[in-house]
Amino acid sequence: MRVMAQMAMVMNLDKCIGCHTCSVTCKQAWTNRAGTEYIWFNNVETRPGLGYPRTYEDQERWKGGWELDKRGRMKLKAGGRFKNLMTIFSNPKLPSIGEYYEPWTYDYSTLTDAPAQEHTPVARPKSLISGKDMKIEWSANWDDDLGGSTETAHRDPMLAKIAEKVKFEFEQTFMFYLPRICEHCLNPSCAASCPSGAIYKREEDGIVLVDQDKCRGWRKCVSGCPYKKIYFNHRTGKAEKCTFCFPRIEVGLPTVCAETCVGRLRYIGLMLYDADKVLEAASTEDDQGLYEAQREVFLDPSDPEVIREAEKAGIARDWILAAQRSPIYALINTYKVALPLHPEYRTMPMVWYIPPLSPVVDVVQETGEDAEDKGNLFAAIDALRIPVEYLAELFTAGEVEPVDAVLKKLAAMRCYMRDINMGREPDASIPAAVGMSEEEMYDMYRLLAIAKYDERY
Amino acid sequence: MDGPLSDALVRSRRFFTKGTVSDDLRSLTKKGGREADDFYRDRWSHDKVVRSTHGVNCTGSCSWKVYVKDGIITWETQQTDYPSAGPDSPEYEPRGCPRGAAFSWYTYSPTRVRYPYVRGVLLEMFREAKSQHGGDPVLAWAHIVESPQRAKAYKSARGKGGLVRASWEEASEIVAAAHVHTIKKYGPDRVAGFSPIPAMSMVSHASGARFINLVGGSMLSFYDWYADLPVASPQVFGDQTDVPESGDWWNAGYLIMWGSNLPVTRTPDAHWMVEARYRGQKVVAVAPDYADNVKFADEWLPARPGTDAALAMAMGHVVLKEFFVDRDTPYFTEYVKTYTDLPHLVRLDEAADGTLTAGKFLTAADLAVTDEDEENAAFKTVLIDAVTDQPVVPNGSLGHRYGETGVGRWNLDLGDVDPRLSLLEGAEETVLVRMPRFDNPDGAAADLPRGVPARRVDGHLVTTVFDLLLAQYGVGRDGLPGEWAAGYDDAEAPYTPAWQEAITGVPASTAARIGREFAANAEESRGRSMIVMGAGTNHWFHSDTIYRAFLTLTNLTGCQGVNGGGWAHYVGQEKVRPITGYTQIANALDWNRPPRNMIQTAYWYLHTNQFRYDQFGADTLSATTGAGQLAGKSTADVIAQSARMGWMPSYPTFDRNPLDLSDDAANAGKPVSDYVVEQLKSGELDFAGEDPDAAQNYPRILSIWRANLLGSSGKGNEYFLKHLLGTDSSVRATETPEEHRPVDVTWRDEAPEGKLDLLMTIDFRQTSTTIFSDVVLPAATWYEKHDLNTTDMHPFVHSFNPAIAPPWQTRTDWDAWQTIAEKFSSLGATHLGVRKDVVAVPLTHDTPDAMANPHGVVRDWKKGECEPIPGVTMPKLVEVERDYGAVAEKMNALGPLVDTLGATTKGVTFELGEQVEYLRHKNGTVRGGVAADGRPSLKRDVDVCEAILTMSGTTNGHLATQGFKTLEKRTGVRLADLAEEHAGKQITFADTQGPPVPVITSPEWSGSETGGRRYSPFTINVERKKPWHTLTGRMHFYLDHDWMTELGEGLPVYRPPLNMAALFAEPALGNVSDGSGDQVEGLTVRYLTPHNKWSIHSEYQDNLFMLSLSRGGQNIWMSDRDAVKVGIRDNDWIEAVNRNGVVVARAIVSHRMPEGTVYMYHAQDRLIDVPIAETSGKRGGIHNSLTRLLVKPSHLIGGYAQLTYAFNYLGPTGNQRDEVTIIRKRSQDVEY
Repeated sequence: MRVMAQMAMVMNLDKCIGCHTCSVTCKQAWTNRAGTEYIWFNNVETRPGLGYPRTYEDQERWKGGWELDKRGRMKLKAGGRFKNLMTIFSNPKLPSIGEYYEPWTYDYSTLTDAPAQEHTPVARPKSLISGKDMKIEWSANWDDDLGGSTETAHRDPMLAKIAEKVKFEFEQTFMFYLPRICEHCLNPSCAASCPSGAIYKREEDGIVLVDQDKCRGWRKCVSGCPYKKIYFNHRTGKAEKCTFCFPRIEVGLPTVCAETCVGRLRYIGLMLYDADKVLEAASTEDDQGLYEAQREVFLDPSDPEVIREAEKAGIARDWILAAQRSPIYALINTYKVALPLHPEYRTMPMVWYIPPLSPVVDVVQETGEDAEDKGNLFAAIDALRIPVEYLAELFTAGEVEPVDAVLKKLAAMRCYMRDINMGREPDASIPAAVGMSEEEMYDMYRLLAIAKYDERY
Repeated sequence: MDGPLSDALVRSRRFFTKGTVSDDLRSLTKKGGREADDFYRDRWSHDKVVRSTHGVNCTGSCSWKVYVKDGIITWETQQTDYPSAGPDSPEYEPRGCPRGAAFSWYTYSPTRVRYPYVRGVLLEMFREAKSQHGGDPVLAWAHIVESPQRAKAYKSARGKGGLVRASWEEASEIVAAAHVHTIKKYGPDRVAGFSPIPAMSMVSHASGARFINLVGGSMLSFYDWYADLPVASPQVFGDQTDVPESGDWWNAGYLIMWGSNLPVTRTPDAHWMVEARYRGQKVVAVAPDYADNVKFADEWLPARPGTDAALAMAMGHVVLKEFFVDRDTPYFTEYVKTYTDLPHLVRLDEAADGTLTAGKFLTAADLAVTDEDEENAAFKTVLIDAVTDQPVVPNGSLGHRYGETGVGRWNLDLGDVDPRLSLLEGAEETVLVRMPRFDNPDGAAADLPRGVPARRVDGHLVTTVFDLLLAQYGVGRDGLPGEWAAGYDDAEAPYTPAWQEAITGVPASTAARIGREFAANAEESRGRSMIVMGAGTNHWFHSDTIYRAFLTLTNLTGCQGVNGGGWAHYVGQEKVRPITGYTQIANALDWNRPPRNMIQTAYWYLHTNQFRYDQFGADTLSATTGAGQLAGKSTADVIAQSARMGWMPSYPTFDRNPLDLSDDAANAGKPVSDYVVEQLKSGELDFAGEDPDAAQNYPRILSIWRANLLGSSGKGNEYFLKHLLGTDSSVRATETPEEHRPVDVTWRDEAPEGKLDLLMTIDFRQTSTTIFSDVVLPAATWYEKHDLNTTDMHPFVHSFNPAIAPPWQTRTDWDAWQTIAEKFSSLGATHLGVRKDVVAVPLTHDTPDAMANPHGVVRDWKKGECEPIPGVTMPKLVEVERDYGAVAEKMNALGPLVDTLGATTKGVTFELGEQVEYLRHKNGTVRGGVAADGRPSLKRDVDVCEAILTMSGTTNGHLATQGFKTLEKRTGVRLADLAEEHAGKQITFADTQGPPVPVITSPEWSGSETGGRRYSPFTINVERKKPWHTLTGRMHFYLDHDWMTELGEGLPVYRPPLNMAALFAEPALGNVSDGSGDQVEGLTVRYLTPHNKWSIHSEYQDNLFMLSLSRGGQNIWMSDRDAVKVGIRDNDWIEAVNRNGVVVARAIVSHRMPEGTVYMYHAQDRLIDVPIAETSGKRGGIHNSLTRLLVKPSHLIGGYAQLTYAFNYLGPTGNQRDEVTIIRKRSQDVEY
């Protein structure tokens, strides 16, 4: 056992209101400078939708992350490291600026400076790449609130597998938001892709950073990262990425994106894991086994042996205590409601998500039953607007069961709490039906609903 | 790993790096030696963090941390230090949204207004004229504006570039000279100011308002103008608006979001709804599109736009049937007997043909056996006591609110009386009453007969409001005659669930079930069912009827005045928590009273000449049961009538300068009041509103600050450009045909263009208003000044503070208006001196004026129906002295009237002697001068903050206690204990610079925060039996004013959206035209302008971050099904065309949009990426280029109980949702 500590995040998508405050505060703090105009360390995607950059999840095209070779050994999907070095000057797996978007500004000063003229002055869009007039055809968030679009559906890698489940009709509309930062993976393929050795994980907290002195701008990391969360600063010629706000984390402040999240849906905490087990877990043969495999890597911070080993590894007492009261541990391991994003990329991502509940479709409505009624609860889950298959493609390599289990827990919590809210006797059979005790369910409710600042971070 | 060679290569890393390469060679970890990342550490470092907020009209009121490095504002993040909402509740942290987070972009952006600007052509003329007139700026201004040619030269150049830099000295001189000239020649009421929503930055609002009010100008309303005022609120509650804080959503067991897209429009508060679901709250969304909030709802009811009242009426039908008729629900019954007008008696009027209609409330004046000299008897309603079966005059009605005998009796305590809700039990007789209906798709009026139990009381045939309500809702009972619904599935009978299905598209069973669930939850939880209602339902022409249908649900089920229950209207921002202090400063009540506060909708309806494009008369809206009181009148006539009867304000008031009018009276040796009445009667004097196109009646000066009239709220934008400003426009409408033209209001053959002489704007960014302005002054931003901020969304007061000093030549609003005031005073001293001004004041709410018109009977003196008596049948006439040389001095000091007259809010007068003395010491005392010597200073913005906080009950516990004690005397119920816990607490400005400060429970508002509870309105009314400010003192289902009866809106009723095809000959909805004939080709759709995710009104829509996260310019959302009909694809350039104007935008095509409706999100302004329109050959318009003003006559009612005017409390709304437009695909080659 080699105990290491990892700073991690959980986002409760069920609470995300899609406001993008996280994106803006992050951008204002980190990337509102020349060369980074198109860069959003934190972005929010409306799902269904193509994402940012467009179709980044299509690893058959972009070849990000890891895969197992025929002998079950892990290798970069973009090809072995040797191939990687050989293609260093011509990287075909790099999204173009058009896949992100061509950043622009406007000639705002015209509004003030326009001479007397025939028409009202107007500020026209100007490309921040070429400086020329442009028609805006794509943005960092073009898909906003569309809930998918027939205009782009044919390019959507997520829909390819479950097309029959998703119909872009008014009556069947569904959407949810997916905020994304760097995953600060336990098994980062960006680092492994870097020919210069410029990308490293901080030993004490696992934050993945690019050494700005060492980076030579090969952009192999951009290709290597399946989440496309490493960006190329075209001014400095260096790679840049989300830093998990390490200057704030170091002084005990949550990341900017987390603290400014008005949906109060982000949790930050420490996870202890066994570094010796990472490779084995990431090499799990079945894609759908990766979620459980990653959970196996995490260590119980209250286990005396783990504490002993952690101390041996030089992890400070207060960090061990922090790991014990970590909301991340509670959400991933105690309540098991958080799931990893695209575990099949095998990078062992460390930003996890609670999948969103969604309104029930007319099917349940027409039965005349109240979906809040206990008896009808699980039927309601089966009739959610968001197809569970879609969520499973995101979080469990397509395996529906774990997603279904989480949604049932959330629904059961609402049902259980309603009795308490209305002053009735609470019904212990509800938590029992999802394998939880009443106390567990109540504690989970407090963490998800009351969610005080001190409990979130 | 993947191969020996690459392993070897990678392994070599171990020797070259200071970090640790993992044994399996996958990753590199590193500890120490990370200097290369110092870039980010440097980037994060900053010198200081300053608390401030955003003075924007979103109601957010979020406290922010503003980061400063090297004297430069770098970015902002939200404060997280709000006082706790309790251990078992979520908190208010963080509050803020992406718009707010992007604000600092403006500070240094290229759209920042850095210097004063004047349009070149005007500046040149002014300089030349000044030199011609011996350097006198006032004469110079007259020289320009009194010459038609010169005036046209600069007016027609408005909005067409050519702004040049000027100094503050010169720009403020032009502004001051224009004011002096206008006041002298036309009168002070020809000067207007517009700045909305004081709560968002009270001092900044008060700055110009104080100046305008000191010179005698008109401040224009905003809450009604924005259509954010729910007129149903004064109608039902007798209150402007009072709603729960967002934290109270947490307490609800059932929550309907009705036309309110919380994640977008209430971003910082949405989490309360999201989190309350985890407590088992059921959440329902009623929205025509799959809006952002629908994601959270257990059920989505996609009611068709504008049909919400039909759905609510059907739900009400179910509630009445199942919870009142089929069985008795004790909680509901007790509640409605005590707190609503349902048991009160209504007379039934017999028409000539013998049919009956609902008439007036029975009052003590109608009773035979009554106290001989019963005071205010016509304002005391009557009910039947079930115990004695006799009529009883209960305490608490308006008649008890005033007069000697009402002392201690203005309360809702029924004593031993048990009000009879229905007269059915042992009914003497049953009669048929004609109930109005408008459910024909074109809104045409009809009625149907429904039976009610009735009895005779002292010769009057009466029934109860409850019996009428059941008749209206079509809920039959055994033994009653008339046409009734056969059942819920009776689609023919209003207002069944099946009936609404055809209208709304919501399945009948769903409507019934949601109504039932809402009530069942309220029964079980004793009132914890809530409806969050938003602009989606409030911005319609008939919104008052929509809202009354909603309020029927909350009020029947005992949800008002209960934490977690009732209405939660979040449209606009009405809650200036320290209202009393703010009102004194802004209205300059410390120096002169009364102010001229004008209803803005009527103002622009007349002065932008939109009244000249009406195609129908005011009686189009009348019910078949009406008496024809609006017959033959145009809307302009109704406005004029309302003004001359003293119901609504009207400024400019008379067709003569009010300063001259005072002089004329003095010369005639008569009191001004007598003189004016005499002149009006003789016809020598007229109301200006009766001839709005006469040159002496134009508004001449408009100053705008903290607002963007022409880019945001100005409905009928193109009419503004054409008639008010006199520049190019895209108006396509034809003028009113002769048969519909006004009869009382003069029609001039030639419509004036360019009425306004000066448009002045103070702003920190370029907007659609600044670019049309003659003078633009550079404002400090919200991170560059001191101010105060409150909201209805949370119970805290917090502050603005400068993170940096105002940069370039920008000034705070307070400073800018002081600059103007000083210039004005020096010119005014010589040109104007001291004058007398006669102010016409409408009958005012929360005063005995509410008893001017017994029974709400219309009496028009001009038609000889009564004598013109100021303060009764016409406006009060008050003479005010104006010392025009002392305006600046008065601005900077708290005047003496607060000492002598105190300050009155909602009928409670606060004595302020101690507070004034305190302020003398706290702010310092003014020394010297002609007017203000010895008065407390208001020189600095901080002084004004201090004065507001000191003079308000919510921020000064002494005053809260004092006010409650005053109210205790009138009501006879215990109240002062509500403020006891904070009796000695006084919030200072310094307090607000720390964490947000909770306010104190005060009689200024109807709810209580006592003991740290969440604020919910009317809890004081319910828990302490303090009456509402209505006729009965209860919440009203029934309104018996003549004009309400005329419109058939005595009770809640469904009225469909206006039919623009019938009224304005627009193509029918769904029409696809190929462009033949004189039609524009394209598809006709409903045109809605909901609030934007990427802006707050026009603010932020020009912000580069917001543009980068959206589509980067003006766009219109439409359904994929509509798009295909006219060959439009996503991101195509399209044009939206109707009679009001033309818009160019890009299409966003989405299946989340309902067929037949497009959204052009509100206020995308005119400045960003708007090409030339093919249809007009001019720059494409803004969202309001397609809208126009339509005034509902019932909003003009005044002088009767709760239907009495107060500023931003009652007035016609600037509604805009009933509009339609043609959408056409245009050439994809756009030109600019």
